[in-house]
Amino acid sequence: MMYGVPGMVAQRLMQLVPVMIVATFVVFSLVYMMPGDPAMMIAGDYATAERIAEIRQFYGFDRPMLVQYFFWLGNAVQGDLGHSLFSNESVLRLILSRLPHTVLLVLYALVLGAALGVPLGILAATRQGTTLDKIITSVASLGVAVPNFWLGIILVTLFSLGYRWFPATGAVSVFEKPLEALYYATLPAVALSTGVVAVLARQVRSALLEVLGSQYIRTLRAKGLGSGAILWKHGLRNVAATMLTIAGLQVNRLFSSAVIIEAVFAIPGVGNLISYSALNKDFPVVQGVALVLVLVVILTNLLVDVLNATFDPRVAAST
Amino acid sequence: MTDTNMTAMTRTAAAPAAKATLPPPVRFRFWAWLWGDKRALISLAYLSVLVLAAIFAPLIVPYAPNKQNLMDLLAPPSGAHWLGTDDLGRDTLSRLIYGSYNALYAASLAVGIGVAIGVPLGVFIGFVGGWIDQVGSRIIDGVLAFPPLVLAVAVTGALGIGLTNAMIAVGFAFAPVLARTMRAQTLVVKNALYVEAAVGFGASRLHLILRHILPNAIQPVIVEVTLMLAVALLAEAGLSFLSLGVQPPESSWGGMLARAYHYVEVAPEQMYAPGFAILFTALAFNTLGESIRVLLDPTIKRR
Repeated sequence: MMYGVPGMVAQRLMQLVPVMIVATFVVFSLVYMMPGDPAMMIAGDYATAERIAEIRQFYGFDRPMLVQYFFWLGNAVQGDLGHSLFSNESVLRLILSRLPHTVLLVLYALVLGAALGVPLGILAATRQGTTLDKIITSVASLGVAVPNFWLGIILVTLFSLGYRWFPATGAVSVFEKPLEALYYATLPAVALSTGVVAVLARQVRSALLEVLGSQYIRTLRAKGLGSGAILWKHGLRNVAATMLTIAGLQVNRLFSSAVIIEAVFAIPGVGNLISYSALNKDFPVVQGVALVLVLVVILTNLLVDVLNATFDPRVAAST
Repeated sequence: MTDTNMTAMTRTAAAPAAKATLPPPVRFRFWAWLWGDKRALISLAYLSVLVLAAIFAPLIVPYAPNKQNLMDLLAPPSGAHWLGTDDLGRDTLSRLIYGSYNALYAASLAVGIGVAIGVPLGVFIGFVGGWIDQVGSRIIDGVLAFPPLVLAVAVTGALGIGLTNAMIAVGFAFAPVLARTMRAQTLVVKNALYVEAAVGFGASRLHLILRHILPNAIQPVIVEVTLMLAVALLAEAGLSFLSLGVQPPESSWGGMLARAYHYVEVAPEQMYAPGFAILFTALAFNTLGESIRVLLDPTIKRR
């Protein structure tokens, strides 16, 4: 039995196994949701007999379902996610070439959301009940309800077509021209970040209010500690874990919204790839993107757990 | 996971115990509550108008929603067309009103499917416990790991493009969320004294679930369902924007935005009405959900 952070990581990895099995099985079983013969459906209307046979062989449709699943999983683990039905490109290569755009967008939105949401939450909590607090909480309600892609369109109209400060659409590779890539990703990241700002502001506010109302803070106050020191040294330290957990959960939502935002800004990321492929029945690509994104989300959650345990020994001890 | 379960337990476990010692509960006065909570009042009033507009759309629209007028394309708002016309000369107000039907139908369908799968599943695995609960919980975790819209796009791609299929897909993504809540609640309620008493009186399992566990465990789900209507509405708008949802020439708010975006340089005012319709409706569902949360659990303050 291991203790501390390594022990916790080991335990989490064990817990991930069943989650991974379910997630991969969901991706696999998508082909069974299709009406009619899946091989014919995947191949499309103008497929040749060889093509259908090839697909049947890749998925192993002639065998029992569970056998097919393990067959498919075996291929996937080795990086063989099949080929696009249109470009015949390797699905994995297709996804890996587009994933950096999406990851950059999601990380950028997360950073923007945290940079705005956390201070807003602190402001609201320390000025509880004031007009400022009410304005912040109202804006937070708007932030959850606003359709991101509509906000994106408005930003394009204002800042690209109107002021011409930012490019309206497109993206630049972050590996080739990092600064220009950030410049291109700014408007979409802003449009994407509203939900994160809103959720973080709300959660930080309520978590901080709870901490500031607790017994030990009252004791510190009675001992004559200034409110600044209380907030920065004791209040925020106890809210940090909440912030990190909430931010981690937002990654899931950001990948969701990115699917539509990428369409608005014509960003060649995996979100655009999956919606385009779903429209055109390029099924191996749809499955591949879903699989890669669910793995990214699962690993992000693991990372958040590890970070929490590293910063707060109580977390590691409690598992 | 266990931490959140614990807090949910301590919070809800206190409520039934306190209820037992109280005199018969006061009848819930709906109108008094609504009058006392202005935000709920405004939200409910707005949503009622929207439902009526959706139902009576054919009677109140100034123009047929698909009637094209190629002499009057992308017209700005005027006396004849209050919200202007789209790129095919169709009246924007009429399409907006027809779009409300698709929006509400879509949201109800998605949430309905989520409830139909999630609630029975959550109650079942929570009630039975043991390895069935273990397996069920892992399945819930596995489906929850997907970004909801990514799962919805993938499932829509498999089932075939169209509004109903898209909303089945969104409902499929909702189900594990509701199942998780319902399971946690069932675990709390099934150990309550009144359930034990019912077992003592020889109640059947079905009777226990339907008469004792479900009514007492459902409260957080009611809040969740109201908030989910907003999420479903946004999902419908997004999927229709991507042309995976409502198919032309039928009108939807998301689809209207997609068309307006094509002509945003010529007629920027076309993108405001559908956007605000989505925003206000999502806001109304969220506000109502928060009000119901406060109503059902007076110990928490409105955020």
